[in-house]
Amino acid sequence: MNILRFLGKSFLKVLEDSGGIFLFFLKSLIYFFTPPFRLKHLIKHMEFIGVKSFLVVFLTALFSGMVTAYQVNIALAKVGSQSILGGAVALTLTRELGPVLTAIVVVARAGSAICAEIGSMRITEQIDALKIMAVNPIQYLISPRLWAAILVVPLLTAIADLIGIAGGYVVGVFLVKIDPGLLTARMTDMVEFKDIMSGILKSIFFGAFLVSVCGYKGYNVRGGAEGVGRATTEAVVVSTVGILVMDYILTTLFF
Amino acid sequence: MIVIKGLRKSFNGFEVLKGVDLALPENHITFIMGQSGTGKSVLLKHIVGLIKPDEGEIRFENQDITKLSEKELQKVRKNIGFLFQEGALFDSMTVGENVAFPLKEHFKLSAKEIKSQVEELLDAVGLLASKDKFPSELSGGMKKRAALARTLALKPKVILFDEPTTGLDPILQVSILQLIKDIKEKYQLTCAIISHDVALALKFADYIAFLHQGRILKFGTPDEIKQAEEEFIQNFLRSALL
Repeated sequence: MNILRFLGKSFLKVLEDSGGIFLFFLKSLIYFFTPPFRLKHLIKHMEFIGVKSFLVVFLTALFSGMVTAYQVNIALAKVGSQSILGGAVALTLTRELGPVLTAIVVVARAGSAICAEIGSMRITEQIDALKIMAVNPIQYLISPRLWAAILVVPLLTAIADLIGIAGGYVVGVFLVKIDPGLLTARMTDMVEFKDIMSGILKSIFFGAFLVSVCGYKGYNVRGGAEGVGRATTEAVVVSTVGILVMDYILTTLFF
Repeated sequence: MIVIKGLRKSFNGFEVLKGVDLALPENHITFIMGQSGTGKSVLLKHIVGLIKPDEGEIRFENQDITKLSEKELQKVRKNIGFLFQEGALFDSMTVGENVAFPLKEHFKLSAKEIKSQVEELLDAVGLLASKDKFPSELSGGMKKRAALARTLALKPKVILFDEPTTGLDPILQVSILQLIKDIKEKYQLTCAIISHDVALALKFADYIAFLHQGRILKFGTPDEIKQAEEEFIQNFLRSALL
């Protein structure tokens, strides 16, 4: 009976959170277009989410591209198809690894910070203070962050694709000793515009999703400093798992 | 100015406010007193629409604010300031930026005009020298004064104070309440102050409202409260003045 109660309670919590996050996302999306327009905030958050995540995205993409090339080469060598290494790496990166890894890096670096910052504003009544001063807290705090993520996560993904492919190129040409001309020719043969765009489109969804989850969790913090810590952990876990689930759903829709 | 009728509010089945009736007299200071946990802060948060009641009405300038949408409430909130117990200053901004915040949000002023108004407000609360400090560098009393300056920036008609003297030493308590009294005179404000300090209430209040068991047990001038026959009030006064 206790197990049933626990399962029922957990299910209701998931439903409540899902509905809450979706409504929070819609409000944040729309409020951006209501005055006062917060372009300065948008640029500030684009810098925080985008520019300041660049180095981590760069390193993650570079080594992911390199290790993907290394592993794929081992598999291809078994069937004597090493010539398609460049194409296989580029496809993996543009369709899956680029958008997913970029989004997870942004969750870890910026999403957690967003949740913790908004959460500490909640427990110190700064969010209520905004309301008291007739400022809509979602429009002021969340909308610029949401749009910043929608704009910069695809840019970071495009950069990650490029860096990852460069990493794969280095491994393919200098370690595996594949002819550079053949490697790049297979890339251009196998990768279509649709492959690149599907990854970029996914990243737009991921950007919107991660800010909605992290913002929502921070905005609804209860229970002081411990509550902020708990909410931040939940935000990172839910965002990361959600991105992977969303990736599967979007992949089945796109291909 | 503010009239509350039959206000009821429950949390998780526990009724905190059981039909509060209260009118805050215009341009006067009303102290709201009562035991801890009787719903004084809850009552104040209803007045600014941070909490919606289960029943009852709160009339401000002839409109029932409990029926207003969040957007309509924003207009009301420009006229009703609220001072949180800990100040609720934005910790990423300096004191000057905190005070400038509502001015930038709601008035079309030049940078020079904002600077001059911020300085005037900080001067009024005696914090001009701390303009460039961050909230973490301020003492408890300074935070409350900075928050008061920020509240005044919107030129409200009413200010609600949630325990403005809690955590301060007796000298600072008097100085904060004297400041509130001076500012009330200067800006012609209606003030409601939550406090547990009987001596300060008797000295600074124009009126005192006693909240007990979810209702206003007694409302009157400090002299009327001193003469109150209600046993609870006499016990409260005696205990506090021991």
